[in-house]
Amino acid sequence: MQTAAMNLQHLVKKFGNQTVLKDVNLNVRAGEIVGLIGPSGAGKSTVIKTTLGMEVADGGSATVFDTTMPNRQLLSNIGYMAQTDALYDALSGKENLIFYAQMKGISKSEINKETAYVAKVVDLTDNLNKRVNSYSGGMMRRLSLAIALLGSPKLLVLDEPTVGIDPALRRQVWKELKSIRDEGRSILITTHVMDEAELCDRVALLLDGKVMAFDKPNALKLQYNVDTIEDVFLKAEGVE
Amino acid sequence: MRTIAIMKRVLKELLRDKRTLALMFFAPILILLLMSFIFNSNATPNVDIATINLPNALYDNINNTKHVDTYKYSTKKAAKESLNNGKVDAIIQKKDNNYDLTYANTDSTKTTAVKAVFNASMTKTNVSTMKKQLIITTTALAKLTGQPASTSAKSAAPKINNHYVYGNKDTGFFDKILPILMGFFVFFFVFLISGMALLKERTSGTLDRLLATPVKRSEIVFGYMLSYGILAIIQTILIVLVTVWLLGVEIKGNIISVIVINLILALVALAFGILLSTFAKSEFQMMQFIPIVVIPQVFFSGIIPLDSMAQWVSDISYIIPIKYSGDAVADIMMRGSSIWSLGLDISVLLGILVVLTWLNIVGLKRYRKV
Ligand SMILES: Nc1ncnc2c1ncn2[C@@H]1O[C@H](COP(=O)(O)OP(=O)(O)OP(=O)(O)O)[C@@H](O)[C@H]1O
Ligand SMILES: [Mg+2]
Repeated sequence: MQTAAMNLQHLVKKFGNQTVLKDVNLNVRAGEIVGLIGPSGAGKSTVIKTTLGMEVADGGSATVFDTTMPNRQLLSNIGYMAQTDALYDALSGKENLIFYAQMKGISKSEINKETAYVAKVVDLTDNLNKRVNSYSGGMMRRLSLAIALLGSPKLLVLDEPTVGIDPALRRQVWKELKSIRDEGRSILITTHVMDEAELCDRVALLLDGKVMAFDKPNALKLQYNVDTIEDVFLKAEGVE
Repeated sequence: MRTIAIMKRVLKELLRDKRTLALMFFAPILILLLMSFIFNSNATPNVDIATINLPNALYDNINNTKHVDTYKYSTKKAAKESLNNGKVDAIIQKKDNNYDLTYANTDSTKTTAVKAVFNASMTKTNVSTMKKQLIITTTALAKLTGQPASTSAKSAAPKINNHYVYGNKDTGFFDKILPILMGFFVFFFVFLISGMALLKERTSGTLDRLLATPVKRSEIVFGYMLSYGILAIIQTILIVLVTVWLLGVEIKGNIISVIVINLILALVALAFGILLSTFAKSEFQMMQFIPIVVIPQVFFSGIIPLDSMAQWVSDISYIIPIKYSGDAVADIMMRGSSIWSLGLDISVLLGILVVLTWLNIVGLKRYRKV
């Protein structure tokens, strides 16, 4: 068993009197892509925010690289992409990249190389000097993904990264994600696209504040006795 | 340096927002110009007058006037000291047969009031002296049927000399409110624009994302302080230049000192804006703070004389930042005070600043726990 990049144990999170996460157990090993799926409002984003320390957990523990979160220093090893784009729209794409690179503490000599590289991955090289407020929705999404990739973090946490990205580019993004995994880095990704879930090494199904099932896609299909992850999802939710 | 990077980013965003920039820099100038045309009105304030060698009758008449307190001094030097300290608003001295009136003139309404009091008292005194002399004369006449008394020679109009410590007889209400107005512009615009900026940062999710990097909370707050500090310096310089060159207002003290005070006030406004933006959910809610936070500052800043209010009302002014900057700038502009003699005003402002900044740094914990 490899070391865990991320480990959540008995995580509990309440908003007022609504208990969103009841008992979440989840781990991401080094060099694997874990997909987190679940119906809208299940608490996928909440899992991520609690892990990173933006929301305070009401119980349980979250560790990243064996360090209890929240921990400020550790954030430089995590590339986070939020569900909202979170860009400065008065600035150009390049200025956004440079600013976030500085915030991540990437050294001055590396910044140009880094920004050029991530821009290439998301195919934005030609649009880097445009202001973000003139970007299309998909371009903003890609820029947001590029920011998460900055600095080659050992753990990527991506909240629905491929929404609004066209199929060709989506394929390219997944190619990149796989090569990141092959370098031994880890990825936690949430998605509503079940085709993408099939591409993950392991898939966690979040339902009713708990991780109902967590295994390799094929094992899940076997467990639920269906042909696709989409059917797993629907069956678990009790739609069919 | 993350602080510098944040500062540069905030400035860049501001520079690209031409409308906001125009609002920040030209609106104050426009309002100043308008106000300089409009204001030259007067009211009846309370005045403190130092008297030297006044005849008893005149002294009593002045002292018995409403809104007037008198203090007897034996030497001009002692009286002058009180004038400079702001203990008294004017000195009335009798020299031979003439009267010397010296006004602090930092508040033109008070100068006007002193003049009016003096003239009224003189007339009253003259009338009663004349009455007395008339009685003496008539009795003398009845007794002796002698020559008429030489009353006219004795009451030959004494000369009245007016002196002004600050400005001249044309100094008006506008000069008095200018220091406060200057502070108000700085406070208002920095408060609103910085509050909006941080609000946008929060609602657009960039604050969350920023806090998902290893940046320190204090680095964010200081980055904002630096950028808005620079902006406030430019704004103050512009306002000072307009007041000096366009409006011809006299600044006795050091202009740099005026800028320094306004810079501190701007940082207080910034800290206020950032703090209150955390309680607003939208830009409109941010605007709702204007009547609650900004407008009362104007009332308690000293534009309206506080000594005529109830004690508890004027006590509120002790927590109003604009009052301190207004007092300090007024001292520099009108009395030529050096910035080093304004320790109290400056330390109160700095105290408020430190507390608010600390609250902001701690307050960001709401968005990231470390
Ligand atoms: N800051 C908050 N305050 C109160 N309730 C919240 C807050 N954030 C999330 N919630 C609630 O928590 C639940 C889970 O939200 P979350 O955003 O984690 O869902 P999600 O699984 O990411 O959904 P989606 O797939 O639509 O993104 C929702 O019911 C939501 O209303
Ligand atoms: Mg979500």
